Amino acid sequence: MTSMAAGQEAHTEVSWRDGKRYAWLLGLVVPAIPFIIWGVYSATDGGWATHLAWWLAPIIVFVLIPTLDMLIGNDAENPPEELVKWLEQDRYYQWILYLFLPVQYAGLVLACWMWTTFEMTMVDKIGLAISVGVVAGIGINTAHELGHKKEKHERWLSKVALAQTFYGHFFIEHNRGHHVRVATPEDPASSRFGESFWRFLPRSIWGSLTSAWGLERKRLARMNKGPWTLRNDVLNAWAMSLALFGALVIAFGPSILPLLVIQAIFGFSLLEVVNYLEHYGLMRQRAESGRYERPAARHSWNSNNVVTNVFLYHLQRHSDHHANPTRRYQALRDFDEAPQLPAGYASMIVLAWVPPLWRKVMDKRVVAHYDGDISKANIQPSKREKILARYGATA
Amino acid sequence: MSKFRCPVCEYVFDEVVGDPHEGFPAGTSWDDVPDDWCCPDCGVREKVDFEPVGAA
Repeated sequence: MTSMAAGQEAHTEVSWRDGKRYAWLLGLVVPAIPFIIWGVYSATDGGWATHLAWWLAPIIVFVLIPTLDMLIGNDAENPPEELVKWLEQDRYYQWILYLFLPVQYAGLVLACWMWTTFEMTMVDKIGLAISVGVVAGIGINTAHELGHKKEKHERWLSKVALAQTFYGHFFIEHNRGHHVRVATPEDPASSRFGESFWRFLPRSIWGSLTSAWGLERKRLARMNKGPWTLRNDVLNAWAMSLALFGALVIAFGPSILPLLVIQAIFGFSLLEVVNYLEHYGLMRQRAESGRYERPAARHSWNSNNVVTNVFLYHLQRHSDHHANPTRRYQALRDFDEAPQLPAGYASMIVLAWVPPLWRKVMDKRVVAHYDGDISKANIQPSKREKILARYGATA
Repeated sequence: MSKFRCPVCEYVFDEVVGDPHEGFPAGTSWDDVPDDWCCPDCGVREKVDFEPVGAA
């Protein structure tokens, strides 16, 4: 279909249709999860189905979506190159993203109301907090898509989406830190070969935070200003979180604090586990000048599992995203030369939580990606010698 | 006064308008922009990779 469209330029707009155009609306199911929970709670009689309902978000994301990925499979279709501009300018796709936010925050308020109103066991409460955390974490994915755009209002909306997880510094660090240093040992958000997720998690959280602060301090210093001002994008983003949490506590009382804290931690940890699997072990080589080569398809793990891709706005077409970070989600392409994960992000997250399983599945893929020369990988420094010895490399 | 374009995205640094949010007020010479300054829109390439706009 692609080549046909390319061959008939005058008719391209009618000969190519975006097969996922209406599927993108499914992304709105995730922020609506608290409403679904409320519906199930109201419709059931307090038995096991009622108790299970509080855990709906992790059930959907870590059980249902991986199952659907296996059943429905891949989609490698790319928009014809000459239609990319036209596709990016179609505002329909933007509005789907914008709609995520009101649903996300209405769901948060609803969750606070249920937390303080319904009779719930401790396990129910943990389930609800994790469900809200899953929505918050996927909200960071929406924030990620918005934060890369050139339009000011989209960058502002990105900060709004991050307020729920207290992760407003992400849109600074991600765009100006992670994208610059991706797949190098200097990037806190690129995981290393041999590094478990549990070791990566604190390194990425702390490293990203200090890097964001440093980037803003440097920017403000160019204006002869210190970092302690609301013009600091890290501080004004956190101020948004304080205002949000403060307003919710005033409205519902301090008993919702555990909900707010658990959902925020689970939410940003979900982002971090996605960070973990996006670049595991991959490394940009240094050119003779000493600079790292430009980010290319081979520096990100990709997946074409269509269900996860629809729920994550093509985040899994990660190589194109790093090569062209401002490109809108609907126009991201699959590259044949990009390394492929054996399953979608939703399944790989579960693997990452269990390091021995992760290493069993992924380490051989990193070795194969480097044609057996593991010395080219981004290796956990404390394990470097052991890993080089094990895979027969000398360096 | 010259303009310089990021080779990846469409960001253009115009010496006449500068980029005040980045700390470069209007009239900032390209020479005064540090070499390790990255494209503020895409973050893929640094100042040294920017291309002059309009120059032959």
